[in-house]
Amino acid sequence: MTLWLIMVLSGLLTFLTRLSFIILLEKIKLPAPLQRALRLAPIAVLSAIIAPQLAYHNDVFLFSPSNPRLMAGLFATGVAYVTKNVVWTIVGGMLVFWLLERI
Amino acid sequence: MNESAGSQFWGGVRDELPILLGVIPFGMIYGILALSAGLPALEAQAMSAIVFAGASQFMLVELVKAGTPVFVIVLTTFVINLRHALYSATVAPYLQTLPLCWKGALAYLLTDEAFAVGVLNYQRRGVTAYAHWYFFGAGLALWSAWQISTAAGIFLGAQIPAVWGLDFTLPLTFLALVVPALKDRAGVATALIASLAALALIGLPFKLGLISATLIAIGAGLLAEKKATT
Repeated sequence: MTLWLIMVLSGLLTFLTRLSFIILLEKIKLPAPLQRALRLAPIAVLSAIIAPQLAYHNDVFLFSPSNPRLMAGLFATGVAYVTKNVVWTIVGGMLVFWLLERI
Repeated sequence: MNESAGSQFWGGVRDELPILLGVIPFGMIYGILALSAGLPALEAQAMSAIVFAGASQFMLVELVKAGTPVFVIVLTTFVINLRHALYSATVAPYLQTLPLCWKGALAYLLTDEAFAVGVLNYQRRGVTAYAHWYFFGAGLALWSAWQISTAAGIFLGAQIPAVWGLDFTLPLTFLALVVPALKDRAGVATALIASLAALALIGLPFKLGLISATLIAIGAGLLAEKKATT
């Protein structure tokens, strides 16, 4: 039940965000600092999700080359930088992750 | 030029097709991941229709799995999807003459990928009598691909063992979204500070570390931008 509540609230907020200026334009213009903050928001939140996922291995903080998640993540960063492609980044990162997990 | 609702609609669908090549595997991975995080198949599919926003669906699954309180999950989703306000502001001038139901439908379909294709068309050809049908075609093509690939992922996910470690596709997916967005000093500073702050604040209750790190990093990014321009 809670899950449905989360979905409906998140969906509604997302829809209203998308609708916001389509309805409100003419009345409000987005101030420049807010525009810049909006641009940085996804970078900030996604990075904050990524970092702990890479730095922890089996729920232990492990900032060293022996952490396969960290190494695979660094490799995937390189792939993402070069290819700018979601699928290649995932494939590359998973391959390195599987390889390091097994040796 | 000979323009009709139908030709515009299919023009939008056609121009969206190359993007779908990247979106379909992404939707499948979402379906697989949602199931491996313990979401029932119906909920996993419903999320693709109700929330309909790739990155935040991945994050939602992760936070639900961690037992995060409703309020924090909804707030975090809201922040991730704030960029859509920018899209909204960008397309708004082109949609002003449309009736409310059209505005609502196009807003629902306003994802990163539909925005990219739709706005390009408006910038190239201006507002024509049926240009909104083009936008609708692009958005609906993406919507259909997202629903079908989610279903395919849910179907596959039921047969993939947990030892494959597919939950690791989550940070990889996010990396793929963040890295190409780091185009300047402010972006890089934001990403670095967000990572460090998230690690430092990981102990905060209710997963509030995530949202705190986000706000701190946005502040740092704005400062870096200011420094770069003065």
